[in-house]
Amino acid sequence: MTEETLLSARGLSLHFGKVPALVNVDADLWPGEVLAVVGESGSGKTTLLNVLSGRMRADAGVTWYRDPQSRLHDVHAMPAPALRALHRSDWGFVHQNPRDNLRMSVSAGGNVGERLMAAGNRHYGRIREAAIDWLAQVEIDPARVDDMPRTFSGGMLQRLQIARTLVTHPRLVFMDEPTGGLDVSVQARLLDLIRSLVARLNIAVVLVTHDLAVARLLAHRIMVMQRGEVVETGLTDQVLDDPQHAYTQLLVSSVLQA
Amino acid sequence: MNGYNFAYLDEQTKRMIRRALLKAVAIPGHQVPFGSREMPLPYGWGTGGIQVTASVLGAGDTLKVIDQGADDTTNAVSIRRFFARTAGVATTTDTNDATIIQTRHRIPEKALREDQIIVYQVPQPEPLSKLEPSRAETRRMHALAEYGSMHVRLYEDITRFGHIAISYDYPVMVNHRYLMAPSPIPAFDNPKMHMMPALQLFGAGREKRIYAIPPYTDVRSLDFDDHPFRTTRAPQCCALCGADDSYLDEVVTDDQGGRMFVCSDTDHCETRQAEGHTGTGEPVVKEATAAGSEARGGEQA
Amino acid sequence: MAYVAVKGGERAIDNAHAWLAEDRRGDPAVPELSLAQIQEQLGRSVDRVMAEGSLYDPHLAALAIKQAQGDIIEAAFLLRAYRTTLPRFGYATPADTAAMQIRRRISAVYKDLPGGQVLGPTYDYTHRLLDFMLAAEGKPPAPAPLAEATEPTMPRVSDILRGEDLIEGDGNPNPAQEPGDLTREPLAFPASRDVRLQALARGDEGFLLAMGYSTQRGYGGNHPFVGEIRVGEVSVEIVPPELGFAIDIGDVTLTECQMVNQFKGSKTKPPQFTRGYGLVFGHAERKAMGMALVDRAMRHDEFAEEPNAPAQNVEFVLYHSDNIEGTGFVEHLKLPHYVDFQSELETIRRMRREAEANNAAAALQETAPAAEREAPLPQDKVQ
Repeated sequence: MTEETLLSARGLSLHFGKVPALVNVDADLWPGEVLAVVGESGSGKTTLLNVLSGRMRADAGVTWYRDPQSRLHDVHAMPAPALRALHRSDWGFVHQNPRDNLRMSVSAGGNVGERLMAAGNRHYGRIREAAIDWLAQVEIDPARVDDMPRTFSGGMLQRLQIARTLVTHPRLVFMDEPTGGLDVSVQARLLDLIRSLVARLNIAVVLVTHDLAVARLLAHRIMVMQRGEVVETGLTDQVLDDPQHAYTQLLVSSVLQA
Repeated sequence: MNGYNFAYLDEQTKRMIRRALLKAVAIPGHQVPFGSREMPLPYGWGTGGIQVTASVLGAGDTLKVIDQGADDTTNAVSIRRFFARTAGVATTTDTNDATIIQTRHRIPEKALREDQIIVYQVPQPEPLSKLEPSRAETRRMHALAEYGSMHVRLYEDITRFGHIAISYDYPVMVNHRYLMAPSPIPAFDNPKMHMMPALQLFGAGREKRIYAIPPYTDVRSLDFDDHPFRTTRAPQCCALCGADDSYLDEVVTDDQGGRMFVCSDTDHCETRQAEGHTGTGEPVVKEATAAGSEARGGEQA
Repeated sequence: MAYVAVKGGERAIDNAHAWLAEDRRGDPAVPELSLAQIQEQLGRSVDRVMAEGSLYDPHLAALAIKQAQGDIIEAAFLLRAYRTTLPRFGYATPADTAAMQIRRRISAVYKDLPGGQVLGPTYDYTHRLLDFMLAAEGKPPAPAPLAEATEPTMPRVSDILRGEDLIEGDGNPNPAQEPGDLTREPLAFPASRDVRLQALARGDEGFLLAMGYSTQRGYGGNHPFVGEIRVGEVSVEIVPPELGFAIDIGDVTLTECQMVNQFKGSKTKPPQFTRGYGLVFGHAERKAMGMALVDRAMRHDEFAEEPNAPAQNVEFVLYHSDNIEGTGFVEHLKLPHYVDFQSELETIRRMRREAEANNAAAALQETAPAAEREAPLPQDKVQ
């Protein structure tokens, strides 16, 4: 763990039966940077995300998190209440399917305000104003603050999920294929939004994606995974413009041909 | 009643229940599981309250039983008779004279004393049950004090109706730590639980949970700073005793919309009448629109 | 439903039937049950068999109970089968429960109301203590005290609430439209409310009880209050085409439950309470109440409620509420299935052989000399 990293993992290994999901994986994340983890399905990227965020345990290895007071915490040794509290405040997790992280029978405002209420906010008017403000920031018409999410399109639901996650100004957000399942024009708009929010709020992101274009647009650094191993890592543009590992070369070339 | 132990339950069962009660009193508002027994009254009809009363009842006690505030409702009569037969204890309808009061859905109007115990019958002990049906998950939520979803529910009420729309079994925070279901007492009664001198015990037989509020404990109804908790009562006065600050029952007197409002707490009403207070005794004809329902009510400290 | 003719042992079957008849009769020294005794003294069983058998005839229900040795579902099955043989003359006019000859009428939402709280013959306030006096057959109980016969008005609680516009209207039935009939047409989805109610009225009491209970415990709740329960006799009228006016052909005992449920509305639309409805043959409050809870849960789309709970899943509830269908299919598993099972046996044996072979091969691989194992596998190099 260096002096400055926000999140560091060393030697993460995990097997599902005989299948290697993670093989001796190291990772570092600095404050305010976006790290993309790319690979095909089965590469282990989603497993890595789940292990880094404490949702899954590894068989071996350690993950350290540095809190705002600069204290280090072993993510898997943290007591469950502390980890849950972390997920509600300083951390965020954006799911591929927004329905997994939204209350569909609660208004948009209620969804966005929930983290604030969980953190002890008790002024209805101010909570609603914060929700309205955030809806505007994610480009949802604020007049829809009292509407139910089931009336929202897929892209809007994803933006609502992002608002709900960012409302407590987390320093670290995990994103699992945030634009998966959306059509191309909606994706582009969403990616732009994520990029500007992340930059403006100085949020560190671990972003899992199979789409190299998404990685290129959003990420400062990139990690390429294959069959549970990290085969290459470095600055996004460098890795994508001049791939060293054969597998990375294959990935990059298949994108160009598409 | 031949062949039955004092107050029906055997001594081991009473001991088990008292242990649960001690734990409950030590952790105000926290639900303690207990091995509820099948009783001669059905689950949902007060078996939890009956088991708690049976476990704390002594030969020298005087027992009052009310349902909806009245001593003469069928279920109150049934339960009072049950204890008269199985324990031979003195029973009363006078709140002043009672040492133990078992109640369904009301707290007596008269303030209770340190030497009294009030036992509430609870149908659903879990305040989060409508938001999260899994008991495993609600246990975790209580352990971690994760009550955000309840505040979201209140937020939604304000968004939809302009105010919190819970009128009974209004959730409270006990001793600044545990979210608790006070049983389906009207919200009007919630303020009485705060710093009450009497011991408050809660029994849920079907769900198999016991909880408690020790005397002089902080109990606050959930609300928002800009939408504070308000109580609700019918704006009329009691037609029999004239009280304008007690909780009223609405009695339909004919099918032309004729109505009469009388104190739900029958002992309170009779006491007032004995003291010379009277009401008009006349039915009230309801207007087409429902009258405002937020006339008087306590605010919390 | 076609049954496979179970081959072999016709004699065995005859012997089984003979044993069953003996078993049913029990000790011959003990007096035989009469249908009158069943009808008079096991009235609640008779009511349940009529409701689930979907046929109102207490005498036949008593016979079915005797024949089924007290197995209520088996008895209901007998009634249903008998029902199939009966020709249908026509349809009765809608039963007017407002004109019911009340034996019992209570409301949980008002302390008192016109007509009063009539307790009737109910178990509600009894203490469930075994009464050993009943074990000794003796004198009949003293007659219960009689009150003056009066004709009080018994307005429906739902009408009292309607008077203030506090409760939704009673559906919006199109008078020209015929109600569906599950006994003639198969169930199809989406099922309209009349069909759903018919299915529930014939449905298994235990199932409806459990489904209703689940809504009270958080699986799709709707804040129910018992607006009113009425039990009593209602006259059945038909309009014979030759006469052109209604004639009374008899009385049936009905239990009706009107639930008053969660109000719906908003800041602009004045809220109203919503309804659940239950109606059953005979004196059967538990069933009528369960039915009303489930009826309201299944109306989720009318109130934009998320149908996440089992009781709100209309297909789930309706397909599994009929205990005759249920018992048929569950118990059919006792029929011979050995032809299918034989194929299962062959399949599982083959899979086990393959697994064992694979394990043996893997074991062999591991004990091979080290050098062989470390040699790199040939790569396909594409330049």
